[in-house]
Amino acid sequence: MIPELGQISLILALILAILLATVPMIGAWKNDERLMAMAPSLVIGHFVFALMAYLVLTVAFINHDFTVTYVAMNSNLLLPLAYRLSAVWGGHEGSLLLWILMLAGWMMAVLMFSRALPKVYRTRVLSVMGMVSIGFLLFTLLTSNPFDRILPGPPDGQDLNPLLQDPGMIFHPPLLYMGYVGFAVAFGFAIAGLLGGKVERDWVRWSRPWTLIAWAFLTAGITLGSWWAYYELGWGGWWFWDPVENASFIPWLIGTALIHSQAVTEKRGAFPAWTVLLAIAAFSMSLLGTFLVRSGVLTSVHAFANDPERGLFILAFMTVVTGGALLLYALRAPRIMAGEGFDFISRETALMLNNLFFAVSAGMVLLGTLYPLVSDFMGWAQVSVGPPYFSAMFILLMTPIVMLIPLGPMSRWKKDDMGRIVKPLVASFIASIVLGVVISGFMIDAWSLRAITGWIGGLWLIFGTASYVRTALRGRRRGLPRHQIGMIMAHAGIGVFVIGVAMVSSSTLQRDVRVEPGQTVEIEGYRFQLNEIASVKGSNWIADEARFTVFRGDRELYDMNPQKRRYHRGGQIMTQVALRPGFTRDLYIAMGSRLDDATNAWSIRIHIKPFVRWIWGGALLLALGGVVSASDRRYWRERRAEASKPAQPPVPGTGEEVPA
Amino acid sequence: MIRMLIPFGVFLALVIMLVVGLGTAEERKVVASPLIDKPVPAFELPGLYEPEVIRSSSQFIGQPWILNIWGSWCWACRVEHPFVEQLGREAGVPLVGFNWKDERVDALEWLERYGDAWTTHVVDFEGRSAIDLGVYGAPETFLIDHEGIVRHKHIGPIDQTIYNDLMRRIMALRSEAEA
Repeated sequence: MIPELGQISLILALILAILLATVPMIGAWKNDERLMAMAPSLVIGHFVFALMAYLVLTVAFINHDFTVTYVAMNSNLLLPLAYRLSAVWGGHEGSLLLWILMLAGWMMAVLMFSRALPKVYRTRVLSVMGMVSIGFLLFTLLTSNPFDRILPGPPDGQDLNPLLQDPGMIFHPPLLYMGYVGFAVAFGFAIAGLLGGKVERDWVRWSRPWTLIAWAFLTAGITLGSWWAYYELGWGGWWFWDPVENASFIPWLIGTALIHSQAVTEKRGAFPAWTVLLAIAAFSMSLLGTFLVRSGVLTSVHAFANDPERGLFILAFMTVVTGGALLLYALRAPRIMAGEGFDFISRETALMLNNLFFAVSAGMVLLGTLYPLVSDFMGWAQVSVGPPYFSAMFILLMTPIVMLIPLGPMSRWKKDDMGRIVKPLVASFIASIVLGVVISGFMIDAWSLRAITGWIGGLWLIFGTASYVRTALRGRRRGLPRHQIGMIMAHAGIGVFVIGVAMVSSSTLQRDVRVEPGQTVEIEGYRFQLNEIASVKGSNWIADEARFTVFRGDRELYDMNPQKRRYHRGGQIMTQVALRPGFTRDLYIAMGSRLDDATNAWSIRIHIKPFVRWIWGGALLLALGGVVSASDRRYWRERRAEASKPAQPPVPGTGEEVPA
Repeated sequence: MIRMLIPFGVFLALVIMLVVGLGTAEERKVVASPLIDKPVPAFELPGLYEPEVIRSSSQFIGQPWILNIWGSWCWACRVEHPFVEQLGREAGVPLVGFNWKDERVDALEWLERYGDAWTTHVVDFEGRSAIDLGVYGAPETFLIDHEGIVRHKHIGPIDQTIYNDLMRRIMALRSEAEA
């Protein structure tokens, strides 16, 4: 296949997107059935051409077609097939193409799984998503064409950045993009609702499962990125507050607020304006993230090739999308229905606090990320805001959230009594304090406030959620519905996560040592014996490998073989760490440099990281919780009933229903 | 209605700031580094001409030295190059080039074309040590004293004024080291 086919496919997809954004939209406006009926075929065509373009680029990578500039820049003859396939999204141009393909895929999904939606409404959603797609297709075609050629092509390409030659990196960007792009669905639903002139509980209910799935993908993507950074970057950290990480974290925080706000709006009709704003903000922040990563406006560790022209384009695009959405909001929001009132002590208040804390957190992360710009703009002395700012702020904002989470599900809609909410939680509260102090005292030699509060907070979340399960199961013959199970998993997951973070930050052990073959290092009861330094070879690298055997007491535990790799192209040196994951601790060995040629002595860094797996375990529970919630039958069943009887009001809250 | 326009207003302010930020991305120079008066983060990096030789930050201890972040892709590094050359000739302390996120071939060609004024170079292709150093963008210049403490940092290209300032500081560090 020739690369120009890909280019043509992209242009055709653009034409279809333009048609989709206009014709069915006019149809929905004039209530013209024939025009609206075009939407499904346009969505399918758009998807097919986006897929074609993507496949053409993939084939160029498989066949080593170095006449395609992008292939020559990101692949070479020695690169294994799996990495050639993932190299398709390893650079700026290809990752945009992946983004476009995913957006087209989400549109297909909306088309297939929303048959029961009112036709006008569904058409509007698809049209709005078509508009978003126009922006990305134009961006690709005008500033970042992945199918550009160099003729004659070079005999061999450059290497894919060795950091990206890793299984974790194969899945991290697609998951993340699925989340980012998934928020376009929530955005489409919100805009379609505004265009229709009314924000109703209906569209909030319809958009809930989509938002949950997008949020779950984003959670999984961020988790995988953090895990990858941990084992691949070779310094044992799991989160760096880098602008690019923040760019994915801000939409996550807004998305978290959004899924909770949607619950209130759907059940009680309260905060409708908030829900719309958050839906707009979640997607806008995804766009802003793209801008920050690709424009060069901020310097980051994993920035793409920076180009102010691209930056300007995304900025203009974002201005149109977000600016337009917010203007529409200003026009239509006064007509948004007013929700029912509620008392200060009620589930509405609990969820309002949730929204407040998450929105403020997102704002603080955004401010910290943009601080170099803000201070420059205001003419203040320039100070770079580093991890200390983020950590301090986060502990401040997350502590109340951790304390309040178990109370939320216990509360009733509209009006409740503090005594009633708190009563079933007293036992959990006491148990978490006692056990928290005991466990952290048992685990850690030195008294650490962070570890103790972490354990108490984490156990409080887990026990508090368990008490909720008990309360919810009382008087119920069948099990809990899925949206409640999902919520329970997610809330308990935060508990697991908090414990992991507290343990890693309070009691990580790290030693830098000089080791010769035959020598042994002893840390915390573990003995690391270096047997030899060997030379090993991979398909596109050679390496020195340190062969360690680890003992505990006299018992031989395992072999650990960290490497220092040199990649053939470019001669880049990479540290491949050796990891032994465990439920309560990880062993982590990274090679430094050769200190002495004669004795083959190396500087070696050894970490013992307690409970580090809990960080990702908790985060995965969160993501799974999102998926389980979204799979609840009530979203999919009620929708069908809704289609036949659109005016039916939702059942008034009984206090047992739970925001997922 | 007016109240409903607040989000739009906030967003507009953000966009204006980003546009300005995009325009001045190259100008944002002087950022006080949290590393000032702290030990220079340890690095062990391969050389540029001889990738098999690993240089570490500790080998410079005992005298003041200059760490200059550059890359062949960075136009501002070309702008400051005459002053870097002058520094290399006149400062009388080691001037270590920190080749950042660069291709070795490009870097060598760049040096051949514009001249190599540095005492030696280390290569940080992945940009990991650069993170420890808090590198904000190339070019950047660190002044480090004889005890390995970072004493000054300049972000952005060196011009005549900056050069004079740097020389003054280097002289002070040298006399401190001799005392």
